[in-house]
Amino acid sequence: MGKILMKGNEAIGEAAIRAGCLNYFAYPITPQSEVAEYLSRRMPEVGGVFLQGESEVAVSYMLFGASACGARVFTTSSSPGISLMSEGISYIAGAQCPAVFVNIMRGGPGLGGILPSQADYFQSTKGGGHGDYRLLVMAPASVQEAVEMVMLAFPLAEKYRNPVMLLGDGLIGQMMEPVEFPDHLKSEPTNKDEWATNGMDTRGSNKRNLVKSLFLDAGKLNEHNLMLKAKYDRMKQEEIRYELYNIESDYKALIVSYGTMSRVCKTSIDNMKDEGLEVGMVRPQTLFPFPEKAIYEAASKESCKVVVSIEMSMGQMVEDVERSVKGKLPVRWYGKCGGDVPTPEEVIEAVKSFL
Amino acid sequence: MQSEVMFAGFGGQGILLIGKILAHTAMEEGFEVAWIPSYGPEMRGGTAYCTVVISDRPIGSPIIRNPMHLVAMNRPSLEKFAPMVKPGGVILINSSLIPIRSQRSDVDELIVPVNDIAKELGNVRAANIVALAAFVARSKVVDFDLMKESVKKEFAKKPKFIPLNMEAIEQGRKAAIHNE
Repeated sequence: MGKILMKGNEAIGEAAIRAGCLNYFAYPITPQSEVAEYLSRRMPEVGGVFLQGESEVAVSYMLFGASACGARVFTTSSSPGISLMSEGISYIAGAQCPAVFVNIMRGGPGLGGILPSQADYFQSTKGGGHGDYRLLVMAPASVQEAVEMVMLAFPLAEKYRNPVMLLGDGLIGQMMEPVEFPDHLKSEPTNKDEWATNGMDTRGSNKRNLVKSLFLDAGKLNEHNLMLKAKYDRMKQEEIRYELYNIESDYKALIVSYGTMSRVCKTSIDNMKDEGLEVGMVRPQTLFPFPEKAIYEAASKESCKVVVSIEMSMGQMVEDVERSVKGKLPVRWYGKCGGDVPTPEEVIEAVKSFL
Repeated sequence: MQSEVMFAGFGGQGILLIGKILAHTAMEEGFEVAWIPSYGPEMRGGTAYCTVVISDRPIGSPIIRNPMHLVAMNRPSLEKFAPMVKPGGVILINSSLIPIRSQRSDVDELIVPVNDIAKELGNVRAANIVALAAFVARSKVVDFDLMKESVKKEFAKKPKFIPLNMEAIEQGRKAAIHNE
């Protein structure tokens, strides 16, 4: 299949179908309503289900229920909607059910605005819901990468029996770019007989499966949390993904940036190179687990004087960047909120001001 | 080499569609391409614009403040965006609806009464295709014949509109040449 021109939101919907997900529950919200629009038409064509919930809270529990029964499930929403889903996400993580969430971020807090933002970094990487859980968080920087990450998200959610969050921004959802859908990535759902309430008859077993997040006994809950922690530690070993840009040069500054913001930074880096100023970049593709080691190593280059975290937020990822750099170099932040994506020129000005 | 084209007008003029057709043509020609709509809060009948970025290498920033070219379908669009166009770019002015000019001496101003041309063809809704054809013929950002094929593909599900649009393309091309 050749390249087709597709809006990010629609491509995300199509990618989920290609990944074998036939259960989509959602509640519309700008700037990602096209996913629901697309799948309301497409799901019936492929024998799948699109069900609009009465609210995002309801949607999260539709995912929980269907996933507990062994179905491959996903939803999409935008910032305020993800806040509402966060209770369900905590339950799903606690009960160890695989599920894929897509957050096409808009500005906040509160209703905020509808333009692109990266202000839900804390929400997705540090919690959102209650309790000791983590999400595996991936951040695409193009429509093609969004497709690839959606297709990867389902097997990863099943590998870890944990929710996976795709963190995009309004621009990724609204923009059209050429995409190619790799057929071979379509993965069969893993065998869930060990844990899912998929029917004793179906799995031919006398053993009852129980999906729950309630552990009243202190010892049992501690044990459960230790087991969850072991999963998150394993993610840190096996799932870190990132891209390096202009890293072979003798860069004076190192940018850490993700998603749409990282594309702007690439243009800035190219333009600074033309002026004779070398700047490198680490682009985290997974925000949890975070590419700490890659950033530390990149910051260790002798020519590098400063590390700059550039985000469409008031400085959230910068805390993880500081943690990664371990005091080796000064870490600065530059960013903007509200949907006014910094221009390449503004990024250049900011980087120069830190040198 | 990268060029950016901004299409602007009011909702209902088919602005986003001609942007998409240009993006599709550029993709078919083998370029990297990104189509970025304006999706801010707008009321019905309000302004609509989109930017198409065409490049021979991966596209960095998809946010363009200073496009290479502008296709202005109504007066507010010309007033707002003409000052942002890079020197040497093409500014297409839909003179059926815009009585003023760009006030720029460093651009290639292309004045085409696209609504009037479309009306003469029997359907004012083809005005956007007239504008697209005139713009492509003048700027040559993509191959003209490939653009024609993209228009056919776009209307594949409504084949009765293809002859009208083919005629719109021809008239657009003629208008661009006539203006030279």
